[in-house]
Amino acid sequence: MDTIQPAIDPTPHDDADPRVQDILARHAGQPGALLPILHDVQDTLGWIPEPAVPQIATALQRSRAEVHGVISFYTHFRTAPPARTQIEVCRAESCQACGGGVLYEHAQTRVAAENAGDVSLAPVYCLGLCAQSPAVMINGRPHAHVTPEKLDALLAAAREA
Amino acid sequence: MTQTLYIPQDTAALAMGADTVADAFRIEATRRKLDLHIVRNGSRGLHWLEPLVEVVTPAGRVAYGPVTPQDVASILDAAWAHDATHPLHHGLTEDILFLKKQERLTFARVGVIDPLSITDYEAHGGFEGLRQALAMDPAAIVDAVTESGLRGRGGAAFPTGIKWRTVLQTPAEQKYIVCNADEGDSGTFSDRMLMEGDPCALIEGMTIAGLAVGATRGYIYVRSEYPQAERILAGALRAARAAGWLGNDIQGTGRAFDIELRRGAGAYICGEETSLLESLEGRRGLVRAKPPLPAVRGLFGCPTVINNVISLATVPFILAQGAATYRDFGMGRSRGTLPFQLAGNIRHGGLVEKAFGLTLRELLFDFGGGSRSGRPLKAVQVGGPLGAYLPESQWDTPLDYEAFLTISAMLGHGGVVAFDDTADMAALAEYAMEFCAIESCGKCTPCRIGSIRGTEVIRAIRSGQDRDSRAELLRDLCDTMMAGSLCALGGMTPYPVLSALRHFPEDFGLAAEPALHTV
Repeated sequence: MDTIQPAIDPTPHDDADPRVQDILARHAGQPGALLPILHDVQDTLGWIPEPAVPQIATALQRSRAEVHGVISFYTHFRTAPPARTQIEVCRAESCQACGGGVLYEHAQTRVAAENAGDVSLAPVYCLGLCAQSPAVMINGRPHAHVTPEKLDALLAAAREA
Repeated sequence: MTQTLYIPQDTAALAMGADTVADAFRIEATRRKLDLHIVRNGSRGLHWLEPLVEVVTPAGRVAYGPVTPQDVASILDAAWAHDATHPLHHGLTEDILFLKKQERLTFARVGVIDPLSITDYEAHGGFEGLRQALAMDPAAIVDAVTESGLRGRGGAAFPTGIKWRTVLQTPAEQKYIVCNADEGDSGTFSDRMLMEGDPCALIEGMTIAGLAVGATRGYIYVRSEYPQAERILAGALRAARAAGWLGNDIQGTGRAFDIELRRGAGAYICGEETSLLESLEGRRGLVRAKPPLPAVRGLFGCPTVINNVISLATVPFILAQGAATYRDFGMGRSRGTLPFQLAGNIRHGGLVEKAFGLTLRELLFDFGGGSRSGRPLKAVQVGGPLGAYLPESQWDTPLDYEAFLTISAMLGHGGVVAFDDTADMAALAEYAMEFCAIESCGKCTPCRIGSIRGTEVIRAIRSGQDRDSRAELLRDLCDTMMAGSLCALGGMTPYPVLSALRHFPEDFGLAAEPALHTV
């Protein structure tokens, strides 16, 4: 457990990414540091590349399997570069009560027509906008009362940005 | 003369373009050479009117909404001329019936103040509770919370004072206060609104909890789906530290308490308290078997108070106004108020803080104004994805923890999701099982395997295969999940499933259940 061994190994590996090494140094001594480290890596690099796993594991004196297990448990963590436009459409009950199903199908059709790597679609289970359903998140920005037409307009705007 | 405007920066307002509206006001003010002061407040909770812009007048704050950038010029004209005929003009915010009928204790400051201003917070009674607590014995603080009758607002409704007493009475070198801000239930947003609109109330409540049980460190675990709440909390923590309300010497008393902000990573199960603790420790969010209770062995093996955002943010009111004042609201064993969240297919959705005891019907029609689609309402899910679907015959049940138990339902976090008559209750039951399968942590079999089998059985019923015997199988499976699951995810997924089956059998292609069959 990383709380018992808070000292982070400062010795960089040959192929160690210096940005990851900086992040590890910043979290040295922090109890339960794995999630904050993974967030910082993803926020900095855009995703969590495979070579970062042994680097993080060594620093926290945990096994690679454990770190991999944590990454794969949480849907937020990505192990591949993200698409330029990331759409998350809420699939939960409140949005289902307001046409969220039709919206999701529309989004699926739209994304299928795009080049891979340009647009990605993921379901999300509640964005906390349940009085204004259906809700979506595009590149981390929330949108409420979304119709298929509004989604098209938002995607067009995201492409121009 | 400076003209002050309030434009919310709550996610509910941002999602309807509040930032663009604020920019439009700035541009128009520059063009007119107006001295405009814009305060980015929280949301008042009238979500169908977001972005709700308030203009400060000698009579009070006047509401306009929902505002788009195109309305900016005409609103400034109307505000300047004190013209009440503007189509988006709603009069004084305080007089809007939806708001006027509420009893806002926990949400008194939300939407009113600048969430990042300590001065504004203190001017509205902020830190009064903590001032009281700093002069009290730990046991006296715990007594006050116990006497108030406050129960966990996250859903389980466990008496907060009893939890705190256990931690107080467990000797340890280090204890922790953990705030569960992993508000993942569909139909709930009160935690988010509180964190975005009055984050200092949460900071104050956690600090009081620290003084009460002898903890010097706190954690707020906020879900990654709430980036705005995280930003505002981070700002509020910095402001509170700078003003001496957090740190090693709180207001010169020599008492220490500080809070670390942590971000979840998209796992619904981490809203379960032991799973959340695992996550904070840097592991997969696997549910822990209880006992030991977190109050005895919690975070990093130390005694830990783990409470929901609303529970903690209500504590300052109790300390400042007295336990009796809080206890005087409510009914039976449900004391105080609950911030209900009116969601789904509803005309006037938003936040309604009321004393326990009003009925669903009042909430849906007097506050909500009926369905948004204009069609008749068919079912209401109360208490999140693990809550029961209630047919119209149950809408007169008082909103009270015990009253809901008697109809095999739960009040939970106070989320209310309305569905009109186009809803297919069998599809929603299938979704409940599917959601459980997606979000199961995998530790116990009834939840991990049961949810998959449950999805399959409901799918088979819906496609007309051997309906009656499969319905019996489904009931049996639900029984196993309820009795054998380690936590509420597997243990309560049967609530929406069985209630849908019981009250809406026709949606499954089944005949009505025998009257004696209970959930």
